[in-house]
Amino acid sequence: MSLWGRLTGWIVLIFGLTYFALPLLGLTEFSLKARRGVYSLDAYAKVIADPEFQATFGYSVMMALVTIALGILIVVPTAFWVRLKMPWARPYVEFITLMPLVIPAIVIVFGYIRLYNTSSWLPLTGSIMGTNLLLAFGYTILALPYMYRAVDTGLRTIDVATLTEAAQSLGAGWVTILGRVILPNVIPAVLSGAFLTFAIVIGEFTLAALLDRPAFGPYLQRIGANKPYEPFALAVIAFGITWACMGLIQLVTRFSKHSKVAR
Amino acid sequence: MAFLELSHLEKSFGSNRVVKDFNLDVGQGEFISLLGPSGCGKTTVLRMVAGFETPSSGAIRIGGTDVVGKRPNQRNIGMVFQAYALFPNMTVAENVGFGLKIKGAGRDEISARVTEMLRLIGLPDLGARYPFQLSGGQQQRVALARALAPKPQVLLLDEPLSALDAKVRVSLRNEIREIQRELGITTIFVTHDQEEALSISDRIVVMNGGIADQVGPPFEIYNRPTTRFVANFVGQLNAFTATVEDGAAGRVRLGGVPVTLPAPVSGGSVDLAARPEALYLGRREGNDVILPATVRDVHFLGSVIRIGANVAGMPVALDTFNRADQPPPAPGAAVELSLSSRDLIVLGG
Ligand SMILES: Nc1ncnc2c1ncn2[C@@H]1O[C@H](COP(=O)(O)OP(=O)(O)OP(=O)(O)O)[C@@H](O)[C@H]1O
Ligand SMILES: [Mg+2]
Repeated sequence: MSLWGRLTGWIVLIFGLTYFALPLLGLTEFSLKARRGVYSLDAYAKVIADPEFQATFGYSVMMALVTIALGILIVVPTAFWVRLKMPWARPYVEFITLMPLVIPAIVIVFGYIRLYNTSSWLPLTGSIMGTNLLLAFGYTILALPYMYRAVDTGLRTIDVATLTEAAQSLGAGWVTILGRVILPNVIPAVLSGAFLTFAIVIGEFTLAALLDRPAFGPYLQRIGANKPYEPFALAVIAFGITWACMGLIQLVTRFSKHSKVAR
Repeated sequence: MAFLELSHLEKSFGSNRVVKDFNLDVGQGEFISLLGPSGCGKTTVLRMVAGFETPSSGAIRIGGTDVVGKRPNQRNIGMVFQAYALFPNMTVAENVGFGLKIKGAGRDEISARVTEMLRLIGLPDLGARYPFQLSGGQQQRVALARALAPKPQVLLLDEPLSALDAKVRVSLRNEIREIQRELGITTIFVTHDQEEALSISDRIVVMNGGIADQVGPPFEIYNRPTTRFVANFVGQLNAFTATVEDGAAGRVRLGGVPVTLPAPVSGGSVDLAARPEALYLGRREGNDVILPATVRDVHFLGSVIRIGANVAGMPVALDTFNRADQPPPAPGAAVELSLSSRDLIVLGG
């Protein structure tokens, strides 16, 4: 590599560091300064002790789990069927699953509110349960691109068609095939999709705020506007969760590699 | 009385007719091979029996009942694939027990049957392994055990040996045949390897372009091929063109030598064929046709010597057994070849 190339590399790296790592460092440092003069975890203690934190965080975790379950139920059979019976449809399905990346969440939620308001034929927003359901659907849509890609990649590592036929000739129906043959073989892929979904749902703001549900995202925003140190502690916690998810994806991928796919 | 009947089976993909008026009656416990070149429709026939493809027309009956309307998981048919297709997330024992579990068999029954099947395929100790911990040959044995465990009515094998190396291929094919005999299960075995088909089948169906060209036992297929395709596809063949002198009496002239065929022929010329082992170097009692020839090349193969020669400008190959006191002729030597006119195959179609 030339001197110029190396120099450019370093400049980009330094730029990236100042842009990304420095604010993070500053953030973390500041979150530790709640007590005058010394570093302490006071802000974290306060945040974690806050019942509203516990409530909203619990709510968001719940929502994330529901979203993951919905995502698996929708995506695994779809990706399986497309691979098995309609390979010609794959580009179209892929395009559709990418839509949520292009359409802003706010458009989706306005659409929801317009379609399912209290005077519509299906007044989902009229009840708390209905709104929760709507929010879970919205999250499922937001997570669709990641979930679909992950599962589709997982399906590529097995011979879907032959395994399906082998199971069929042994008497298995579709539910058995999906549940006992296909799903167990794409678990690592499903898990990495699930962790991504978790990371997205935990910090999501727009949908939760506009549907007025007590989720972690809006709470984060509210605290940020009103408290001095706690928002920074919260930001670090949220960031930590995201990173933990990424780490878990790495772990699952690596673990699965030498247990199953090897041959 | 046929156990598995395929009658007037047709399959088209779009405008492509892949299987044409295919008829076959398979007896209970019979081992049938479908033999033919790539793309002739062997797999398609098998997949129609298994239920993975729907025939465009025709009937498939197993034990007298038409199964065309039934889904693959209702047909009680065992299938072994070229790609093994073991479930990677299950152990060998779980793979073998899968079909019984689906049927709702009890745990003791499953484990007894799994043990029995693993013993049958000669892998009694590998139940706890995962497929990726097995060799190709072992995986295919497990696939066979998995297909047989639920006691299917019919066993279908689609080129099960193609992915294995030569030695394993031979030993496993004999093993498959032995197991098949032991269980008495009606079997269809797809292959494009003629030696495989000849060595293990009760009967062979030679397929060409979606049609069953000839159906018969290996001995008959090899020695009495009824079409030019079968004659060429199965085994090595020397083809001659002879001019007809008196068709009704079967008198023809082969490279200037008069030959009397056992059956009448028609037309101005006729295509004849002879297997390499039917030709004899020199004269011999009973060989009524003597052909002058020039030796082209000599391949010493050990117990067999294959000699290439020219007869009236036509290349022929002949096999003779090695004899320590009789060195083979040198290339360029003028020799006499003889054969019995009864060994000449008249090629039709
Ligand atoms: N699903 C399909 N759609 C369209 N054409 C098909 C399909 N399956 C098979 N064919 C065509 O049918 C013909 C016969 O295929 P088949 O797989 O039965 O051949 P085969 O005898 O098993 O060949 P091989 O020895 O290569 O396995 C081929 O020309 C193939 O292209
Ligand atoms: Mg085939």
